Amino acid sequence: MPTKVEKDLYTGQATTGHEWDGIRELNTPLPRWWLWVLYATIAWSVVYFILYPAIPGLSGYTKGVLGYSSRVEIGQKIAAAKAAQGKYLDGIRTSSLADIRKDDRLLRFALAGGKAAFADNCAPCHAVGGTGNPGGYPSLADDDWLWGGGLEEIHETILFGVRNEDDDARTSEMPAFGGEEEDATLTPEQIADVAEFVLSLGKRSTDAAAAARGAPLYKEHCATCHGAAGKGDRDQGAPRLADAIWLRDGSKDGIVAQIAKPTMGAMPAWRTRLDAETIKMLAVYVHALGGGE
Amino acid sequence: MAKFSHAILEKNVILLAIATLITVSIGGLVEIVPLYTIKSTIEPVKGVRPYSPLELAGRQIYIREGCYNCHSQMVRPFRDEVERYGPYSLAAESMYDHPFQWGSKRTGPDLARVGGKYSNAWQVQHLVDPRSVEPGSVMPPYSFLLRRKLGREDIARHLQANKAVGVPYTPAMIAAAYADMVAQADPEGDHDHDALLERYPKAMIADFDGKPEELTEMDALVAYLQILGRMVDFKKYTVKDLQQ
Repeated sequence: MPTKVEKDLYTGQATTGHEWDGIRELNTPLPRWWLWVLYATIAWSVVYFILYPAIPGLSGYTKGVLGYSSRVEIGQKIAAAKAAQGKYLDGIRTSSLADIRKDDRLLRFALAGGKAAFADNCAPCHAVGGTGNPGGYPSLADDDWLWGGGLEEIHETILFGVRNEDDDARTSEMPAFGGEEEDATLTPEQIADVAEFVLSLGKRSTDAAAAARGAPLYKEHCATCHGAAGKGDRDQGAPRLADAIWLRDGSKDGIVAQIAKPTMGAMPAWRTRLDAETIKMLAVYVHALGGGE
Repeated sequence: MAKFSHAILEKNVILLAIATLITVSIGGLVEIVPLYTIKSTIEPVKGVRPYSPLELAGRQIYIREGCYNCHSQMVRPFRDEVERYGPYSLAAESMYDHPFQWGSKRTGPDLARVGGKYSNAWQVQHLVDPRSVEPGSVMPPYSFLLRRKLGREDIARHLQANKAVGVPYTPAMIAAAYADMVAQADPEGDHDHDALLERYPKAMIADFDGKPEELTEMDALVAYLQILGRMVDFKKYTVKDLQQ
């Protein structure tokens, strides 16, 4: 390897001493500032090695003099956040739902906390603002409640959910009235008549004769849960039929499908995911969406 | 012996290759070996189990459809993430994942704790038509999953393949794999659901896609989504238990 370091004639810089087919290279030093930044980062890495967990061994690792752990840190941060909200959370924990609504300070806290929790956990089904979604996700912002719109009832629904694995879940099942000919409770014609009667409950019937034929069938098969006048039954989550609010398709075809082979909604038991205070705040928030009783 | 000089390495390709290999190996070993020997790498939590056959099939669909391109499965230890998604993810929770689905891109939300958060019907409706429940969603629809039969008659061999890379599937699990896969999506059918739950605790047994007569890819994917993040009971552990 040629190692003839020469001085370049034009710049006065030394060359590297290498030569490739007569081409030589200047050995220009790195800018001073750049070099010092490099040294500083090297020095910092040594400091970092000392302060923070860094070097792995066979059975453990150097913990660093600060004893830092991201998992300890996040535990502290969450605890600090909880402590900062402490007096409010204590208030939420110890007060009844009705008392939370009466206490202006607690109410404002609960509404804000409930709104945040709602956006993440409830809005995917019930939509932002609780306006509901098509496909059986009820609006929470109107007066039409399936399982009750009082504070306690809303609270219970959120805690235990609907038709899930939780032992305390709200549960009911609408039987299928259609099906294979010999097994079916009602024939397709009878189902159409009942559907016409159901429409008449909301004053939407266009076929009085069919509705009249459906009336006794409704009384026999449907009235136990949905009520003789179609007012529904909140103990069983049986929807009101005598109004214009429909959980699913409210057209005649939709009603026929639901009578023949019902689909029923489900909701998780939120006590498995959320803490007691959050659920209370959610109940207060949902109650305040417009339909609270 | 001649004095060592860099010129010797630079002039001898084979020697250079060997020296490079040695250098890179040292770096690699220092980083990798401790992960196997330090006990706290995998937290001592209970509940993590191999995926049930139906969940495993769903996981394969999750990977096939590239869900990981938009959804991570890694709740990081930050307060905002923990408050939104739930407890931060543990290494133990993905110890049977081959490959893991941590991801690093979140166009959609993290899914590490999505299990049990929504009903099966919601999951199906959302996969069929995401914007019917999330108006602002940019997720593409996956309605075809509802039409595609799951098949997977060879699911036992998938369990076996996982076993080969260290997932503790027992011979009994492998033998019952196909039966378990069918049973999990058929709650009304004549199956041994108790044995299924004993093999795979917390597995959700349901007609996920609302089509009881058919076992579709939708069944499998929703079964997989519904177990995500539910295996470990975090109420039992404190920060100290989880510190690595």
